[in-house]
Amino acid sequence: MSSSADAAPMHLRATGQHQVAPEVMRPIMEVENVDVYYGDFRAVSEVNLDFGLNEITALIGPSGCGKSTILRSLNRMNDLIEGARVEGEIRFHGENIYGKDVDPIEVRRRIGMVFQKPNPFPKSIYDNIAYGPRVTGMKVQSMDDLVEDSLTRAALWDEVKDKLKQSALGLSGGQQQRLCIARAISVRPDVILMDEPCASLDPIATMRIEDLMQELREHYTIVIVTHNMQQAARVADRTAFFTAQPSEGNGDRTGLLVEYGTTAQIFEDPQDKRTEDYISGRFG
Amino acid sequence: MFAGRARPGEAVIKVVLRVAAAVAMVTTIGIVFALIVPAIGFFREVPIFDFLLGDRWAPRFADASFGVVPLVTATLWTTAIALLVSVPLGLGAALLLSEYATPGLRKTLKPILEILAGVPTVVYGFFALQFVQSTVFREWLRLDTGAFSVLAAGLVMGIMIIPTVASISEDAMSAVPMSLRQGSAALGANRMQTSLRVVFPAALSGIMAAIVLGISRAVGETMIVAIAAGSQARIVGGPLEQGQTMTGFIASAALGDSRVGSLEYNTLYAVGLLLFAITLTVNFISIRLVRRFRQAY
Repeated sequence: MSSSADAAPMHLRATGQHQVAPEVMRPIMEVENVDVYYGDFRAVSEVNLDFGLNEITALIGPSGCGKSTILRSLNRMNDLIEGARVEGEIRFHGENIYGKDVDPIEVRRRIGMVFQKPNPFPKSIYDNIAYGPRVTGMKVQSMDDLVEDSLTRAALWDEVKDKLKQSALGLSGGQQQRLCIARAISVRPDVILMDEPCASLDPIATMRIEDLMQELREHYTIVIVTHNMQQAARVADRTAFFTAQPSEGNGDRTGLLVEYGTTAQIFEDPQDKRTEDYISGRFG
Repeated sequence: MFAGRARPGEAVIKVVLRVAAAVAMVTTIGIVFALIVPAIGFFREVPIFDFLLGDRWAPRFADASFGVVPLVTATLWTTAIALLVSVPLGLGAALLLSEYATPGLRKTLKPILEILAGVPTVVYGFFALQFVQSTVFREWLRLDTGAFSVLAAGLVMGIMIIPTVASISEDAMSAVPMSLRQGSAALGANRMQTSLRVVFPAALSGIMAAIVLGISRAVGETMIVAIAAGSQARIVGGPLEQGQTMTGFIASAALGDSRVGSLEYNTLYAVGLLLFAITLTVNFISIRLVRRFRQAY
């Protein structure tokens, strides 16, 4: 159980400008004793995790550790998967989003999501942004202004302002992903979940998304799943490390949360041997 | 170092595939020729405008008249009624199967639809004539209609076409990537909104293809209309009237003993050519529409 500051190689040291994560977190979401099942298979077990308001939290860990599963549970996207079941409580502003009277559609409006592969609708750039406000029946003074505002916040406006009526599929991968972020912003969520948003992007497009995340955290709470440890170190205020462990009985591997702390602490002073092995590249 | 190795199997496969493609093409060209040659003989004797615009169809009378409009009106009625039935129900079934049904429900519903597609059209014809027209329309509803009606034929034809429309548009909807549905759901759209505003437009070209195929089948369907729509070639003014469609005429006249090369014989081909032209036009228009409105993913 080394706790030396040399645990992480130099390039993995937390370097983000915002990593002065306040010791006191103002939680906007709380995950309490959550198990997620797919049918009989328990994908993650007993996760306890809080997400701080206007912070960026990274979920890292090897494949199959359940980080994406947890992410999808946070806005009830798991509902769309046959047989998926969440036990425990996930509270948003203190209210259990798996409560009896909760409308999952309203949950998804307040907690937006950006996916691994950019998935713009095969519509115009404008209609991509206007889609969310239209389907949720949002009262909008001027749709044009909302589209401009969303695209500006996603740092895409200048690149697309002259071709709003053109298909979103004509954009580059990085632009498409920023469009998807703009689309998520358009319904004014409090939280944005990002499932490996840069996995299919080149390093320059990745850097732009990371810069964008730093701007967005002024107004939104961000939870990001990433395979890329440098990325977690660069962008996140706090980091949660998950791993997969063979469960008793059968050979299934169940994901669990190993360690959660400020990004600086996780990368420079990991308390758990498994965390240390993972971030120093000895495992995973 | 990279010297080529002969691959005789590849060459054989190429030839086989080309032959398969050629058979389809040659057949189409052959059909067009077989239609055009007698039709030219027909138009030597009957001016084309008398044929297309004339409102009296009496090819076998002493004072023969070859105005095709009555046949076209009957075809339009039966086709329109069939589409009013098959497009909404077919698309609804497709939407159910692709967006709403659990795997279990899908496993039950698809075979039922396929059974519907497997019923011989002559059975549908008698169903239209005996049950729909005679029992339902005349006995139960006491409608003011005769032994035949374009409504009965059109309705039953519509039911027959449902599986075609449903199965092709379901394929198109199922092919829309899951990621688009997830993206829509993540924005707070419900399932119906996702289906209608994301899946439907993205699958539009396949859906249009399904509708066009439905139209082609309705225009070309013969047995049901020959049995249930009627056999008198008069302009059809309402759905409860009887009427002979273009295909209905071809079926009844082809049973007769018209001599090869006679005007009566050539008449069949003129009507057949018109049928072919209508189907082709529908195809072209729909391809254009699809190019314009489709949302390729």
